Amino acid sequence: MRMDLIQPFIGSLDAVLAELMNAPARIVDLTMEEEGYRRKGLAASVVFKGQIEGRVVLDMEPQAAAQVASSLSGEVVNAGEPLVPETVCELANMVIGNAVTQLNDRGFQFKVFPPQILTEEQCAAAGKDSEATILCFETPNGNVHLNISMRYHQRRSRERSPVVVG
Amino acid sequence: MKQFEALTRKKDSQLVRYLIVDDSVFARKSLAKMVESFGGQVIGEAGDGCTAITEYARTKPDIVLMDITMPQMEGIEAVERIIAEHPDARIVMVSSVGYQDNILAALQKGARHFVQKPVKPDALYEIIRYVLNDDGVTSPVGAGGEVSR
Repeated sequence: MRMDLIQPFIGSLDAVLAELMNAPARIVDLTMEEEGYRRKGLAASVVFKGQIEGRVVLDMEPQAAAQVASSLSGEVVNAGEPLVPETVCELANMVIGNAVTQLNDRGFQFKVFPPQILTEEQCAAAGKDSEATILCFETPNGNVHLNISMRYHQRRSRERSPVVVG
Repeated sequence: MKQFEALTRKKDSQLVRYLIVDDSVFARKSLAKMVESFGGQVIGEAGDGCTAITEYARTKPDIVLMDITMPQMEGIEAVERIIAEHPDARIVMVSSVGYQDNILAALQKGARHFVQKPVKPDALYEIIRYVLNDDGVTSPVGAGGEVSR
């Protein structure tokens, strides 16, 4: 997967977490997977379709999600409260929305679908022509994982493929 | 949460009334807290574009805060339909997806402004003041809707 497609998601998550947690987040691990994704905490998935297709999963430790929920709602929210999964959805919406805005500004056009909470332990496998990149961000309140699986749409891929001469 | 100078309606010194449209309960709650810190009153909520249209007709709010990506009917289509029936509706788009095409489409359909999530209260306050234009005035915090002159 091309780094220039992933970079907007990293920048967006970093900026959103910094603003909502009032603390820096740093990448502590990066892995590639072709198997299904097993969520680690509370996870929400956002699908997008168009010239780039795929899905991004935001997966947060409950304590980290509770911290963001408290910051956004202006009141203390505990990790077990029903508001916390909602927060993960909204945070995924913000992170992915901001990232796809940057990609759109570079000329890629696609449609973003509303976030869905992932209730299954085993998430859907990555798309057939792509692998998933999983980034682990460390925050003072727990880790946040970003699982990115996307690919160029066939037509777009052909347009961008290098021309072989001779 | 920081308290702002209360925004009130110039014509009758009443609180500014808001309709909040977002498929996320959490986002609606967060925006509601924000507009309350502006001295506003949330008079309706909707989780999709269809409900937004009926809620607008029922409540006739001063300001609508409208998400874009929602199930059933998206925000931009809801804007078009609301404006068709109520040309003076003041709708501010609030979305995490802030690319040019979306903003342009929303403005062309009649939205007055756009703010990208995560929403900064100061920015939203200024946008609402701008959108209210001559129909809104500010009064000091805790003035209970009375307009300072």
